[in-house]
Amino acid sequence: MLTLIGVVIVVAGFALRLNPLLVVTVAGLATGLAAGLGLVGVITAFGKAFTESRYIAIVWLVLPVIGLLERAGLKERARAAIAGIPAATTGRVLMLYFAVRQVSAALGLTSLGGHAQMVRPLVAPMAEGAAENRVGPLTDETRFLIRAHAAAVDNIAVFFGEDIFIAIGSILLIKGFLEQNGVRVEAAHLALWAVPTAVCALVIHFVRLALLDRRLRRTPGAAAVGGEP
Amino acid sequence: MIGLEAVYWLMGLLLLGVAVASARDASNPRRWRTTAFWALWALTFVASSHLPHLVTGVIVLAMVLVGGVAGLGQGTRESAGRAAREASAARWGNRLFIPALVIPAVTLLGNWALKSAAIGGVHLVDPKQVTQVSLGIATLVALVVGMAMLRPPASAPVVEARRLLDAVGWAAVLPQMLAALGALFAVAGVGRVVSTLAEQWIPLGSPFVAVVTYTVGMALFTMIMGNAFAAFPVMTAGIGLPLVMVRFGGDPVVMAAVGMLSGFCGTLMTPMAANYNIVPAALLELPDKNAVIKAQVPTALLLLAANTAIMYLFVYRR
Repeated sequence: MLTLIGVVIVVAGFALRLNPLLVVTVAGLATGLAAGLGLVGVITAFGKAFTESRYIAIVWLVLPVIGLLERAGLKERARAAIAGIPAATTGRVLMLYFAVRQVSAALGLTSLGGHAQMVRPLVAPMAEGAAENRVGPLTDETRFLIRAHAAAVDNIAVFFGEDIFIAIGSILLIKGFLEQNGVRVEAAHLALWAVPTAVCALVIHFVRLALLDRRLRRTPGAAAVGGEP
Repeated sequence: MIGLEAVYWLMGLLLLGVAVASARDASNPRRWRTTAFWALWALTFVASSHLPHLVTGVIVLAMVLVGGVAGLGQGTRESAGRAAREASAARWGNRLFIPALVIPAVTLLGNWALKSAAIGGVHLVDPKQVTQVSLGIATLVALVVGMAMLRPPASAPVVEARRLLDAVGWAAVLPQMLAALGALFAVAGVGRVVSTLAEQWIPLGSPFVAVVTYTVGMALFTMIMGNAFAAFPVMTAGIGLPLVMVRFGGDPVVMAAVGMLSGFCGTLMTPMAANYNIVPAALLELPDKNAVIKAQVPTALLLLAANTAIMYLFVYRR
């Protein structure tokens, strides 16, 4: 039972809003100690896992070019481009991105998106710009709500699109795990059974984005707030 | 053969540049801590492949002390004011999108071309690492295109990267820390303990209850682990295979496919999936670090219900 101490620390730490970096580290150390690794063993295990997961951080390599383009006005341009399309609303911009992201992920093109490459410099400013078209300058609260939805669309569309592609990691993991347990399945059949959920995800989230549009229509623009934070 | 090591060097150089830019910025009230944090991270990219894991572990703990306990700061200077950015946006127009779109275009192209590229039978790039290497190449190509087009000062890429990375702060390292936590959970056998508990305490009397336990269990356990891939083997071995498939005769294909997707619903609702939920909140400069999760929860819950219905309707039909 002591093994679960890490889970307890994580849940308590996040609930108390302590610094996640600290919470995760303490949880890891406690779990390792409870498992009898010893202090040196735990720190070694931490170092090993950190070293082996460095590939996760590679996404930050896009920052120099994205920052450079932001300095040259990329976000302002993205906003202005949307201002030229009267039919654009926040919900519709995000629906379009959802559909493109989900379909491309289903074709195995999961790198066609991402928060650093697409959402911050392009999708979020476009979604904000579309709302500004309608109601004028936005309050910070509205702006943050729209940005959170832009990030959410990127996640949901790729999660429930990628499994339709047969060579994606999760399909291979399922197939491998079932085979270990003596159950043979076809990757194509697994991918096929991702389709109903993918359709549900699209329908559910499109309805929510339409509701977001309705909510934004009722939100008065910020009369006195200018500029971006 | 080009592998991840080259990309790690690139990442180390970038972080080193960010550390130097931090050290030179007197407007940051926590200038030296911020410098130390990025410099230590840079060190892990350049050296950790050769260092003993214990040393890397100590470096990581030092980063946590600096970033998680002492706290990082942020410079206040802005590189280009709003007016300058708008003038530049008007001048360049839609051409500004070109370098941004070069990133996905070159990544996809690289993915496709490098997978089989070989000279004399030797792969140019390790096939397992093609995606990461392609992304690294794509960012370099985009940077060259952007620099050639905009002709900013040579220091601009690093200065701007620092501005963005400062906005993200310690959250940039969180996904890697969570991966380390997951590894320790695995060593300690957390999954086994949880599935034993689940088997003891949950009534699993009917086919419907078995399905609900499996889908909801996948979502909950994913929330704890931060990763559906870690939850899937545990829940499937504990509930999916013995109950849904063996005892009630369910179809393993439907069970496994929809079970994994139920786990993804959990991913949308947990701060433990930091790279999807916490990092974007930081990257978009949202004051509430849980704002992205809050935007996702309604969809995640409805979709979990949908998954449960899909599984119950189809898993027992064969």
